Amino acid sequence: MGKIVIDPVTRIEGHLKIEAVVEDGVVKDARATGNLFRGFEIILKGRDPRDAQVITQRICGVCPQSHGIASTLNLDSAFGIADKIPDNARIMRNLIQGAHIAQDHILHFYHLAALDYVNVADVASYQGNNADLNSVKDFIARGELGPFLPRYEGDYRLPPEVNQMAVAHYVKALEIRRIGHEMVSIFGGKIPHGVGVVPGGVTAQPTTDSIMAFLWKLRILQDFIDNVYIPDVLAVAGAYPDYAEIGAGCRNLLSYGGFDLVGDSPDYTRRERLFKQGTVSAELKAGELDTGKIAEHVRHSWYEEATSGKHPSQGETRPQYGKAGAYSWTKAPRYDGKVYEVGPLARVAVTYAKGEPRMKKLVDGALNQLKASPSALFSVLGRHLARALSAKFIADSMDGWLLALKPGEPTYVEYQLPDAATGMGLTEAARGALGHWIEIKDRKIANYQCVVPTTWNVSPMDDRGNHGPIEQAIIGTRIKDEHNPFEIVRIIRSFDPCLACSIHVVTPRGRDLGKFRVV
Amino acid sequence: MVKELPVIYLQTAACSGCAVTLLNSASPTIKNLLIDQIVPGVHINLRFHPVIMAGAGEMAIKVLEDTAREKKDNYVLVVDGAVPTAPGAVYGAVGERGGKPVPMKERVLELSRDALAVMALGTCASFGGIPAARPNPTGAKSVRAVLEEAGIKKPLVNIPGCPPHPDWFVGTVGSILLHGLPSADDLDDLLRPKAFYGKLIHENCPRRAFFDEGKFAKKFGDEGCLYELGCKGPVTYADCPLRRWNSGTNWVIGAGAPCNGCTQPEFPDNTSPFYEKLVDVEVPKIGACWTCDKEAK
Repeated sequence: MGKIVIDPVTRIEGHLKIEAVVEDGVVKDARATGNLFRGFEIILKGRDPRDAQVITQRICGVCPQSHGIASTLNLDSAFGIADKIPDNARIMRNLIQGAHIAQDHILHFYHLAALDYVNVADVASYQGNNADLNSVKDFIARGELGPFLPRYEGDYRLPPEVNQMAVAHYVKALEIRRIGHEMVSIFGGKIPHGVGVVPGGVTAQPTTDSIMAFLWKLRILQDFIDNVYIPDVLAVAGAYPDYAEIGAGCRNLLSYGGFDLVGDSPDYTRRERLFKQGTVSAELKAGELDTGKIAEHVRHSWYEEATSGKHPSQGETRPQYGKAGAYSWTKAPRYDGKVYEVGPLARVAVTYAKGEPRMKKLVDGALNQLKASPSALFSVLGRHLARALSAKFIADSMDGWLLALKPGEPTYVEYQLPDAATGMGLTEAARGALGHWIEIKDRKIANYQCVVPTTWNVSPMDDRGNHGPIEQAIIGTRIKDEHNPFEIVRIIRSFDPCLACSIHVVTPRGRDLGKFRVV
Repeated sequence: MVKELPVIYLQTAACSGCAVTLLNSASPTIKNLLIDQIVPGVHINLRFHPVIMAGAGEMAIKVLEDTAREKKDNYVLVVDGAVPTAPGAVYGAVGERGGKPVPMKERVLELSRDALAVMALGTCASFGGIPAARPNPTGAKSVRAVLEEAGIKKPLVNIPGCPPHPDWFVGTVGSILLHGLPSADDLDDLLRPKAFYGKLIHENCPRRAFFDEGKFAKKFGDEGCLYELGCKGPVTYADCPLRRWNSGTNWVIGAGAPCNGCTQPEFPDNTSPFYEKLVDVEVPKIGACWTCDKEAK
């Protein structure tokens, strides 16, 4: 029996360690541990509630805008103005978040995941006129290949010319995702850590020139998604078909829904959204979202047992490092007592299962091309495909939103800061269902809780002993070469984990922080 | 012969925003930075960068440790993130040694000792930033503070900002490659390159005229200076109004939002509440002596 320890897992956001126990070539047990604690919720306490959307963006520089949106929705609801946000502001928030998520998906596939499948070294034999490829060829010839070497070896299956094309796309994708950030900046001021989304609406005004600038950057993004990103995902799927059969995980999917299409209901769970709210199980049967069913378990996390099973709005976090049986700082969020995966796959599958016609056409079309059944979605390749379709679905929705903006009409509604209130903000970040909860007392933050996508996905075992989604996805996997555990890193990266996000949910009370350490 | 400049990019208590902002570099592009001769005859050999490197686990840590040994006194260390220092705990680790996590502070000290120079990228690395915000649960400190405490004397440049503009980093790197390490005159007393942090936001703000004529926005979307909506431009040193962000697309005040002071050591505790007017600060009008205006606390 051997143990594979990968610390750090690179090409993800943040500090993650994975341990897998391997017996006869098959993973028997797996543990995911995060290696950074910053204590955001402690820092938030006592501050002006409006500052939460500035500070929570700093939880993660990869998906700051999603935290900004979740936090702002949370504050809108606490301030009693969730249903009073002007249409211009609702749309500009969607455009800011949409451009951000679309570029994030492109970044993930090309710059975080692709090096697991694409052999950069094949560019050494490139014979052609592509200037980018020739500069990469010169780079290889100079012999200093950081950061592309060393790497795991032995399972790069694409033919040389496809690898060469993929490297050219890696370079092109750097430019495309930068343009995606420029789109965010048009309405959001800057990114990372945008400034344009605030409780009450947005700070910027839509103007005809900003609409035109956004539209034509969007066209570049759409062209890349349609003609490069999706074809490349399909090409990788063709060469690595076995990855449609591994990494399934828990087969329960949860989406909070994202991108408000109308803003007239104060209840985010019932609002009409582009991505639908709900759950989906292995047979693709949709269920309704009930946030009352969310609870965080801590039996296997370093927190006091008495705090287990609480709803995030009542969230209490009392660390107890060294607790018997615990092995992670991450709590285990569960829905209706069961293990749920969140992410692009979840929101695509929920939207598909609820019969949204455009999504149905997209998913059925891609599955037809791959000659695969919907069950193949529950896999490493299924997650990559769903992420690409999520990017397309968002990008193709944005031009309609953009043209609905009305220059000169309001983008902001005034409000009174309440003495005491509670709030909840739900959205879909690039990596999945993101929820923020706030309690305000004396016009200050009394309690702030975030349950973020990666917390769901990298969660440890729950009170019933069920492993978290990534652990489940790894367990049972056959590892061909324990020294080059491609299978494990490919499975982990298919979830696009974001560790900075997952390990901030700590609110120690009455305990000496100095006693705790992250293993 | 192309000179290879080895660079180690260490992430500590950070959010990856600084890594992402570098991806946004427009000219040179991030591809130019990684692959090409960034100035003729020099290639930045980025040996270790956890967000983009191909290798993982022990393999990646070996690159880190080998580079420090083989390229002793010849590599540049970039630190992205604050350094947790609270005693008795490992709040952040980078890899393992002998089966035990190596605390971030240990890595920063080790790698700084053997570096040619250290660049603290972002407000967390420069000043502590968000992780060091009240009540600073992990004892987060700046790179400068931990190096000084350990008695390590290395050329150090701070490139603050939450995140910094990519040009501030790229411009500093270019300057080092073309003209050598910055002299004391090139940096302010917070070790920021004056080329980028030499003037207040307020000095170059296109809404400055509104300030001088006393026309203040009362709510978002109003015409006028954002001072009363919480703008920290009058106490924040950076060239955002001239440089603008995301390939020059826009910037904070351009989007009608107040500056939150993110390049300052006071960020976030003493530049917040972010949406409340600055108090106890003297803001001179045009014609007053800017250079004698000491930085406001």
